[in-house]
Amino acid sequence: MRPPSMTRSHFTYYPTAAGSGNAKKMNMFSAINNAMDLALQEDSTALLFGEDVGFGGVFRCSVNLRDKYGKDRVFNSPLCEQGIAGFAIGVANAGATAIAEIQFADYIFPSFDQIVNEAAKYRYRSGGLFDCGSLTFRVPCGAVGHGALYHSQSPEAYFAHTPGLRVVVPRGPIKAKGLLLACIRDPNPCIVFEPKTLYRAAVEEVPTEYYTSELGQADILRNGKDVTLIGWGTQVHVLLEVAELAKERHNIDCEVIDLVSVLPWDTNTICNSARKTGRVVIAHEAPFTQGFGSEIAAYIQDKCFLNLEAPVRRVTGWDTPFPHVFEPFYLPDKLRCLVAVKDIVNY
Amino acid sequence: MLRTLSRVSELPLIVKQLQKNAAQAGVAKTNNYATEATVQVNRPFKLHRLDEGPATEVKLTKDEALKYYTQMQTIRRIETAAGNLYKEKIIRGFCHLYSGQEACAVGMKAAMRDVDNIISAYRVHGWTYLMGVSPIGVLAELTGAQSGCARGKGGSMHMYAPNFFGGNGIVGAQVPLGTGVGLACKYKGNGGMCLALYGDGAANQGQVFEAYNMAYLWKLPVIFVCENNNYGMGTSSERASCNTDYYTRGDALPGIWVDGMDVLAVRSATEFAINYVNTVGPLVMETNTYRYSGHSMSDPGTSYRTREEIQEVRQKRDPITSFKELCIELGLITTDEVKAIDLKVRKEIDEATAFAKSDAELAVSHLWTDVSSNNLEPKLRGTNSFNLDHIQERKGVNH
Repeated sequence: MRPPSMTRSHFTYYPTAAGSGNAKKMNMFSAINNAMDLALQEDSTALLFGEDVGFGGVFRCSVNLRDKYGKDRVFNSPLCEQGIAGFAIGVANAGATAIAEIQFADYIFPSFDQIVNEAAKYRYRSGGLFDCGSLTFRVPCGAVGHGALYHSQSPEAYFAHTPGLRVVVPRGPIKAKGLLLACIRDPNPCIVFEPKTLYRAAVEEVPTEYYTSELGQADILRNGKDVTLIGWGTQVHVLLEVAELAKERHNIDCEVIDLVSVLPWDTNTICNSARKTGRVVIAHEAPFTQGFGSEIAAYIQDKCFLNLEAPVRRVTGWDTPFPHVFEPFYLPDKLRCLVAVKDIVNY
Repeated sequence: MLRTLSRVSELPLIVKQLQKNAAQAGVAKTNNYATEATVQVNRPFKLHRLDEGPATEVKLTKDEALKYYTQMQTIRRIETAAGNLYKEKIIRGFCHLYSGQEACAVGMKAAMRDVDNIISAYRVHGWTYLMGVSPIGVLAELTGAQSGCARGKGGSMHMYAPNFFGGNGIVGAQVPLGTGVGLACKYKGNGGMCLALYGDGAANQGQVFEAYNMAYLWKLPVIFVCENNNYGMGTSSERASCNTDYYTRGDALPGIWVDGMDVLAVRSATEFAINYVNTVGPLVMETNTYRYSGHSMSDPGTSYRTREEIQEVRQKRDPITSFKELCIELGLITTDEVKAIDLKVRKEIDEATAFAKSDAELAVSHLWTDVSSNNLEPKLRGTNSFNLDHIQERKGVNH
């Protein structure tokens, strides 16, 4: 029998406070459902499709939307990710707004060619004649406690290597709705990687009206002077807890930044913070080598070299396939991150 | 759904045919009990681009009858145990049950020879058992324990055994891979072949068609087996496939439609197919079957079909019950023997389940074991805050 520590989540959720205006308590899948509802309402060319999307999707994000907007606009596709992506690119090229769901990020690789070679380069290679920018992929990603090899991966870095795409990762319901609506409206092909463990676990007071969150903009969630902690998605919540622990146990003031947007990423916010604290720890679930943390670290040492008090540290998943029973040891949990914070201060 | 219901409405016919089979069967009896019988398969094969099909009249010995019944019953019990363990939250994550489809795997396995191979998707607990892994090996893998056949590192979808190239969590990905295994058989000239299994949902993946094409061009000994259980996750096959006659979807590749609820029909078709792929070239075999559970444990399986439909198949087309009735009617197995098998299987699976629950997990060092083969440096990069030496423990069975 597993001890409880092996079965509970590896993070504590830190909700974002709602702004002024009408808000309603929603978990992340409801907020995404609400965003798609608004998008379909606002834009009569908008289509929503993917595997099992018609009856709500495996994570319930599209529940009731087929009833509301009809099966011409919200429909199931066969199990064929390459086809879904190609189809989405084609329909977007012809002027519709495509919202396509890839059921798990681990299944996105059959469509990798379509996304990287077709979607990302269409405008460039046609000299600006064709544009499949009204195209958004929604992709559940990340660790969920028991997903094993093919239901746990975080492939954002593969796509961050592709000029022409936008890649974002929400940390909770408010951000998920704003980013999704921003991506749907953005004139570039976008991928929203939605940490699936947050669909139910993350609950916030989400504004009910239409709003967008700015793409390419990081959020400073906690101010601090000693160490900058950078993460995205679920990892943001791990880092917020680490910042509390660092303060309580070691009197270290951490600044916590949610990168939000992986491509393009907010170099200004990150470098300003790095210059202020002189110490940066980046944490992500994806493996160490060539994770997106590598890019951030390289950039910081280029732009902030003389301000740094210690080398940039990365705390990440290991360079192993995503393990089934060893998930708790694989993840960059709060203790591993806290050790990195102590080490970087004592460098 | 309409198709399924119309199939269901044909059922009384099948029952009658069963009785007729028993009456007509050429039965050789000793001590009032038969040791061998000749049986007609329940429903005729359908053929695509083939002049001749599999034998519709097949022989069944008492030993075979006992074996197939035991195998199917064991798979059913393993799946019931797995479903319960999942509900108890001892199996976590993903779990796809094979209940209802047992005759497909048992029929194919019955025809396979030692040189033959098989690769399938994520509904593989039954296949893993048939390919030589003990029920403990299957159930402990599901609970993530060290006695699991992949030592708890794979879980439900990732089980392997010699000649069984595994389950695969990515829909359709195993089909080109199985074609490669077929190429190896041809290259080695060992007379073997590969069964590449996929479902009616995966049948729409582009790579399946790429594999058909290569296999045909190079005349590879591959049987592409579409286990059509009528539902790809939550979508019925009619809604997902432009052509639901999956045995015809190989275009130039010949195809056979088989009643996947009839273990003897599956065996006969597989025997025919093995001979065909080794002498002529690849073909597609559709085994028409039914799954009782949802797609996975998170799918109740009732939002896209009625409970009545499931109940009706269970009552009238169940592969185990119908085979049992046939064997009893033929006098190949007695009701006492059936009871004895049921008891033995139940005991074995109950014991395996108890063991799988209490078995320990692997040491944490297995997190960084077998990542690479001959790692170039002693330390595994990207795990350096613990300074871990890379471990290579197993050399694949193929080396």
